[in-house]
This record gives sequence, C-alpha cells and structure tokens, in this order.
Amino acid sequence: MIEWINSIVQGVLTGGLYALFAAGLAIIFGVMRLVNIAHGDLIVLAAFVAMVVIETAGVDPFVSMIAVLPFMFFFGYVLQRGVLNYTLGDDLLPPLLVTFGISIVIQNLLLEIFSADSQRLNAGAIETASIKLAEGIEIGTLPLIVFVVAVALIAALQIGFSRTRLGRAFRATSDDPSTARLMGIRQRHVFGLAMGVSMVLVAIAGIFIGIRTNFDPALGPSRLLFAFEAVIIGGLGSMWGTLAGGVILGVAQNIGAKIDPGWQILAGHIAFLVILVLRPNGLFPRTRDE
Amino acid sequence: MSSRVIRSTRASRIGMAVGAALILVLLTVPWWGDRASMRLLVEIFYILALAQLWNLLAGYGGLVSVGQQAFVGLGGYLLFILVIFLDIGAIWTVPMAGAIGALISLPIAFIVFRLRGHYFAIGTWVVAEVFLLGFAQVKGLGGGSGMSLPIAAIKSIAASRADRDATIYWLALALAVAVIVGIYLLLRSRYGLALTAIRDSEEASRSLGVDNFRAKLLVYILAAFGTSAIGALIYITKIRITPSAAFDINWTVTIIFIVVIGGIGSIEGPIVGTLVFFLLREPLAPYGTWYLILLGLTAVVVMLKAPKGLWGLFSQRFDIALFPVQRRLVRAADDKPG
Repeated sequence: MIEWINSIVQGVLTGGLYALFAAGLAIIFGVMRLVNIAHGDLIVLAAFVAMVVIETAGVDPFVSMIAVLPFMFFFGYVLQRGVLNYTLGDDLLPPLLVTFGISIVIQNLLLEIFSADSQRLNAGAIETASIKLAEGIEIGTLPLIVFVVAVALIAALQIGFSRTRLGRAFRATSDDPSTARLMGIRQRHVFGLAMGVSMVLVAIAGIFIGIRTNFDPALGPSRLLFAFEAVIIGGLGSMWGTLAGGVILGVAQNIGAKIDPGWQILAGHIAFLVILVLRPNGLFPRTRDE
Repeated sequence: MSSRVIRSTRASRIGMAVGAALILVLLTVPWWGDRASMRLLVEIFYILALAQLWNLLAGYGGLVSVGQQAFVGLGGYLLFILVIFLDIGAIWTVPMAGAIGALISLPIAFIVFRLRGHYFAIGTWVVAEVFLLGFAQVKGLGGGSGMSLPIAAIKSIAASRADRDATIYWLALALAVAVIVGIYLLLRSRYGLALTAIRDSEEASRSLGVDNFRAKLLVYILAAFGTSAIGALIYITKIRITPSAAFDINWTVTIIFIVVIGGIGSIEGPIVGTLVFFLLREPLAPYGTWYLILLGLTAVVVMLKAPKGLWGLFSQRFDIALFPVQRRLVRAADDKPG
C-alpha cells in the first residue's frame, strides 16, 4: 500500500516538471493559436545551452539561469518575429509544418554538435538529498524544488495575465486580434513577447531536466508529447488546469511504471486518450479552440 | 456568348501519354535492370505512394497527421502476424493489411478527430507512440527486439531470388500506380470536389452543404488503408521488423518534407518532391544529419516563401497541370485549352 502512495507522491512531483513543459506551450497557443511542434526540442536546446554556459563559466546550473533565461527569451522573440509571425493566418498548415521543420533542424544540429551521448548538468549534493515524509515515502529535495517552482511560476503567470499591462495585451490579442490592434496593441511585438515568455519557461524546464535526469538530442519529441498531453488533459486556456494535467500525467506514468517498467510512458499516453474520449475539452476548459 | 467546362488540357493529355509510356518502361525493368537499381526503385515507389497518401490527408483533407507511421508499422506487423500465425502467403498480406488497417483506423479516428486543427497533428503522434510502446510489450511478436520473416515465407513468394525480386518490384510499382490513379479518380469525383472545397475553405464548403466530417473521415480511412498495405510491402523487402523502426517518426518526417518541398495540395507535388528527395539523397547520404538539416531548412523556406512548393511555382508560371482535377471554364469562341 505504502509503495503505491509513494508512486503517487513521486508522480505528483514529476507532474510539476510536465506542467512547466506545458505552460510554455499553453501560453503561445492561448495568445496566437500557434502549436509549436519544436517545443520539446527547444527544451533540449535550452539544456544544451545551459551545459555550455556551465562548462565555460564554471558555474552552478541554478546560477547559469542568469544567462540562459535572457538568452532563450531573446531567441524566442527573434524566432517569432523573424519566422513564425509569417506563418500565422487562417491556414493551419504553415505554422505546423514550419515548426515541424525547425524541430528536425534543431534535433540534428544538436546531434551534429554534441553527438548522441547522454548529458547531465551537475548540481552537486542537492541532487541526492531527500526528505523523509513517512516510512517508505521519501521525496527528493530537487523534485520538490522543481514542483514548488512550477507551482510558483504558474501562479505568477496567472496573476501576470490578469493584473499586468502585458497580460492584458496577451488576453486582448487572444480574444480578438483585430480589435486589440485597433486599441494600439502592436500584435507582432506582443507575439514576440509571448514566445519569449514561453522560452523562459522552456529554459527553466530544460535546466531542471538536465539536473534531474539525463538528456540527449533525441529527447525533444517525447517532451513535446508530455507537454501537449498535460495541456489537453487540463483544458485549453487554464493555467491551473495545465498544472493539474501535468500532475495527472505524472501520476499515471508512475503508477504504470510500478506495474511494469515498460508501461511507464504507455500508461501516460493511455490516460491521456481515455480523458480525451471522456472529456474532449479537458478537465478545466476555459476557452474553446474555434 | 456560350462557355463550357473542360477537364483535360493538352498538357495533361501529353502528360498522360508520357506517364503511360514511363509505366510501360518501368514494367520491363526486372528483365534488364540490376538488383541495386531495382531495390532503389522499389523504395522510390513506396515512398512516393506514402507521400501521395499523406498529401491526400493534409493537402486535401486538411488533416495534418504526424502519426502515419502508426499505419506503416501496423501494416508491417500485420505481415508478420498473418504470415507466421495464419500461414498466409506474404504477397496476399498486402491487401489484407490494408483492409485491417482501415478497420483499425475507425476507432482511432473516433479519438483523434476530437482534437481540432493543430492539436490533431500531435494527437496522431501520441497514437503512433502507443502503437510503438504497445507492440514492444507483446512477447509473442519478439517484444522490443522484434522478429524476422521465416525463410519458408520468403521462399513462398517465388522460388528463385530473381523471381522474388521481380515479384516484389511489380507489386511496389502496382501499388504506387494504384495509389496515384486512385487519388486522381477520387479527386475528379464528387468527393474530390468536396475535398478541394474543404482544402480551400472549410467554412465556405460547409455553407455549400459539404459534410466536412464525412469527407475527412473517408480520406482518413483511405489513407490508413493505403499506408497499412504499403507498410506490409515495405517489410516484405526489409524481412526484419522492430517496433522502434516500424513506428519510427522518420517515416512521416520524410514524406512531409517530400510533400512540402514538391508542393502540397496537388498530385504532381509529391512526385516532384520524391524525385528531388532521392536525387539529393544519393550524393548527400554520407552527410546523414546535415542532409536532414538541409531538408528541414528547405521545407521551412518553401513553406514561408512558396507554400505551393516547387510544382506550385512551375505550374503557376506555365499554367500546366498533368493531373487536372479542377474544372476550367472556357468560352466557346476562343476554345484554346492550354
């Protein structure tokens, strides 16, 4: 019994990381109806950027965020204004196929530069530290930090969306792009900023992946799928829903792994498909994708 | 002034004649071609057929699936299951795999059609991953390490190696031709008109009374049928199957690049794309990853600058259609079809 509770607890913590993946995807879909197939590969890219920063500057992974976060923000802004803005319109094909192409380019560039070897970001003693909750339930300090950061970031985003000027611009553009433009919102710039914010989340997620587990250039697609599943399970348009989606996915995977190690990822996918059949709009839908 | 609708053009009639002649020449290859070029041609045929089917899905049906490898792999595994457990001749598994794949696509459509537009793409990918991970769990099919086709099953295709190669070659050619002719006839039919309308505008086609859902479902099932049948053929040529190779996303990556670069939303586009893909692959294959990077960048640039691909640029410039699926209105007075 205690083992099952342990699986669920660990699953909840993993879910925090998935929610981080998903939040970045949810923002850009919310603001500009863009589904970024390269999302997972950008997470891996951020992890590699952090690796380079850590190796050249000789700093801790957490300290490397000072450089990696602004870099990824800038990267996202330029990517959106330089390329992705030109794909947006009534036609669904261009954004999908362009981000798909970018995904393959990033994957293979990383493979060419860093080889297929597994990498890891070394954060020192914190990696193995843990807290004992009860007999048989120990939670790692690091997974806990990741979870708390994810919750804090999602809360910050939720407040940012409802209270700040930029948040208002995001919501206005999301609800009615043409009226928002009439009100003086520079749409292309706002889209660039939204992608920038998404990439900051991607950077944090990438660094956490790097510390928690191994990563390699081929890891991107599976992370995209987890992010996507968390968004759909949670329901479009709700940040807290995205967190719930991440947690449900994490718990499903951990319970699957408990039954049979080969079932870990499969159990997550099946949970997603079941929820899709039962609740096509997700568990906590706010907006409709029309 | 009277006017009338024409379907074929001089270019298309010449194109048909050249195409028919080309097929006749290709039919004779087993008598004079060497083994290596026949193998390459078989690969070209099945990749072309896969690309055509994906183009039907995405270019006409608006269903951008990133999960067609689910059906390639399913077809492959059906070959092994039918041959080993039901003792069916390898060649006969090709149509059977198609039929079973189409049947299995129904419940899948029931799930993934709940996802609108963008999210449909990733949903199909999840389904393909479920197939990959699921088949890897089945011990009877070799689990994650896969299985090989028994020698007896290979021998049952034809006694000698040359005869086997020829049989597989003709089968691949027949499949590619059948897929292209089938899509051409479909697009010229009433359904084709509906699909073209959906391609151009979903709202407009709905307002004109097209049942978008039914048309899309039909396309999805047809693509599943063709892709599964081709999957069985591919694994007749490969002899060995593993879940990670059979359900590899790279099947879909390749065909998407081919269709996008060649020209999405036309029958000629995937043909041009397949030719470009194989022409570039032969010299660039040693550079592996760089070739994929180049293809990815080209696809991005094409999508941004020339969304109708290479064929789109060409046909716009010269107003030529080899597979005319549209209807042209000409005035009777100056009846000069291009």
